[in-house]
Amino acid sequence: MAGKTLYDKLFDAHLVKQRDDGSALIYIDRQIIHEVTSPQAFEGLRLAGRQPWRINANLATIDHNVPTTPFSNASEIEDDTSRIQVQTLENNTREFGITEFGIGDPRQGIVHVMAPEQGAVVPGMTVVCGDSHTSTNGALACLAHGIGTSEVEHVLATQCLIAKKMKNMRVRVEGQLGPGVTAKDVVLHIIGVIGTAGGTGYALEFAGSAIRGLSMEGRMTICNMSIEAGARAGMVAVDDVTIDYVRGRPFAPAGAQWDQAVSYWRTLVSDEDAVFDKDILIDAADIRPQVSWGTSPEMVVPVDASLPVPSQEQDPVKRTGMERAYEYMGLEPSMKVSDIQVDRVFIGSCTNSRIEDLRAAAEVARGRRKADSVKQVLVVPGSGLVKQQAEQEGLDRVFVEAGFEWREPGCSMCLAMNPDRLLPGEHCASTSNRNFEGRQGNGGRTHLVSPAMAAAAAVAGHFVDVRELEKAE
Amino acid sequence: MEKFTVHEGLAAPLDRSNVDTDLIIPKQFLKSIKRTGFGPNLFDELRYMDEGYPGQDNSQRPLNPDFVLNLPRYQGASVLLARRNFGCGSSREHAPWALMDFGFRAIIAPSFADIFYNNCFKNGLLPIVVEEDVVDEMFGEVAANEGATIRIDLENQLVTRPNGETVSFEIDAFRKHCLLNGLDDIGLTLQDAESIRAYETRRMEREPWVFQTP
Repeated sequence: MAGKTLYDKLFDAHLVKQRDDGSALIYIDRQIIHEVTSPQAFEGLRLAGRQPWRINANLATIDHNVPTTPFSNASEIEDDTSRIQVQTLENNTREFGITEFGIGDPRQGIVHVMAPEQGAVVPGMTVVCGDSHTSTNGALACLAHGIGTSEVEHVLATQCLIAKKMKNMRVRVEGQLGPGVTAKDVVLHIIGVIGTAGGTGYALEFAGSAIRGLSMEGRMTICNMSIEAGARAGMVAVDDVTIDYVRGRPFAPAGAQWDQAVSYWRTLVSDEDAVFDKDILIDAADIRPQVSWGTSPEMVVPVDASLPVPSQEQDPVKRTGMERAYEYMGLEPSMKVSDIQVDRVFIGSCTNSRIEDLRAAAEVARGRRKADSVKQVLVVPGSGLVKQQAEQEGLDRVFVEAGFEWREPGCSMCLAMNPDRLLPGEHCASTSNRNFEGRQGNGGRTHLVSPAMAAAAAVAGHFVDVRELEKAE
Repeated sequence: MEKFTVHEGLAAPLDRSNVDTDLIIPKQFLKSIKRTGFGPNLFDELRYMDEGYPGQDNSQRPLNPDFVLNLPRYQGASVLLARRNFGCGSSREHAPWALMDFGFRAIIAPSFADIFYNNCFKNGLLPIVVEEDVVDEMFGEVAANEGATIRIDLENQLVTRPNGETVSFEIDAFRKHCLLNGLDDIGLTLQDAESIRAYETRRMEREPWVFQTP
């Protein structure tokens, strides 16, 4: 019999009951809750007279709606609907006894930055949240994925989910990444290769020497965008990097339990003889800094390339999609990526708002100035603790001296539910994860890039190859 | 949840692949704390010429005359014909809520994004996967016949095309059962409360740290 994949092991370890009809009940170890996708779930509990099954399995914070300018009380949130959601979460967590990192708490931040940072997610867990980027947590060898609000309620009430086992896909990235090539470029490249629906129905495991060579934060960036490849869950096997990351975090096991945990966690790797339904091999040397040009994350090109020509696309559905994207983005086929002018820059989001991301952006910004043609450069740390760390390292001053704005933690312009947004027609170099129409503001045009590439675009006023910028010094 | 047994309704074609949940219901409308009332803002950016915001009187807004759901012939449509990877993007259940609230009961497409697909079943909205070339033909049939309807028989897992031919479709037995009977799956899961407790006891021995908080 073939060995098990990491996903097989995680799924099996959480199986409460296999039903005859093929569905399964799986146990959920951790649920992270935020203000946007939870109000209807709590309301559902109340209406049915139900209580949470295991209160301490849940952890809440506010992120999607919060302003990134300083505020100390919900009443200071100008937008009525945003304020009501923030207050509703406060009321719900209080009513049901769930821990919330709320306004003014340094632990408050983007759900997928906060949870690993606190050690609230450790290897071997099943992790859910009403947010599709929950896959981020898979970097810690967890089975982590987004769920809808009905399932948020289901997990609150039963600590379980009704699931069907997914298929296994492995994406191996082998070799050495070139200079200036980051985790973000790796994942954008992967999405370019397998397509935005390539992972639909699969749990992805990212493997290979280039993945093992990444820090935990880099791995989170990769797993974060599993959903942009169509896969609900992405994961990386446990190694020393994983264990070192978890050690000493507030929610992580300690003392004798730590050793017990580590010895179990070491087993959270795919067996040598495990069989994947799909296995993809990518040569790390082929990956260059990436820029998305269109309105789907698979529409990416290397920064030193020209934009693709729709008439050369064989698939008619894809060709129509490309033509529509060109119209929306106001770009022309065959133009050079470096000729795309940038109006605003956003450095943040659950993809790229951790300390290493901010360091990478600051390294490019240091001693340079934002181009005059760029209206705004927002730097939004992923959590209050990331913000503190960055300030201790003086990164905030680097950004401010470069003409960038240093903000308070939250989701911000990744999805523009708060006041940070693009105006119609504006092009944005963004370290976020989605370039859908209107995502960053009605009519806004998003280009997905790494933090270093975003900072470089802010300085140049258009996309530049960060590798060239460094050479020019 | 509303039951789904047999449904026959006017079909509307949305000829566009990778329709994402931001397009189905833009983020500004996610600020509601209710499950209802999203219908008037379904496909907001495609449907109206101006920028929408919550609490607006949508009846006063300028409609995009070219958007398919604004065409007179598709008024009252309840079956959406769509292209591949429908519902990609975020996990927002507001997307199926908006489609249901607008009046859709079923969506037919060559493929759906996983989370969206799953969310539909929690709300009595039936997503049906049909082979791409058949979907393509159905687009043609709907375009050629004003008033074309599609019939869906969930029990027998059959779609009757506008041309009268039937196509069978796959669906998980459990999802089908819940949809046919309009079952609340929390109640069903709680029938297994003993299994859940027994599982927790086993896990607590093996991984006690999972159950602790600092």
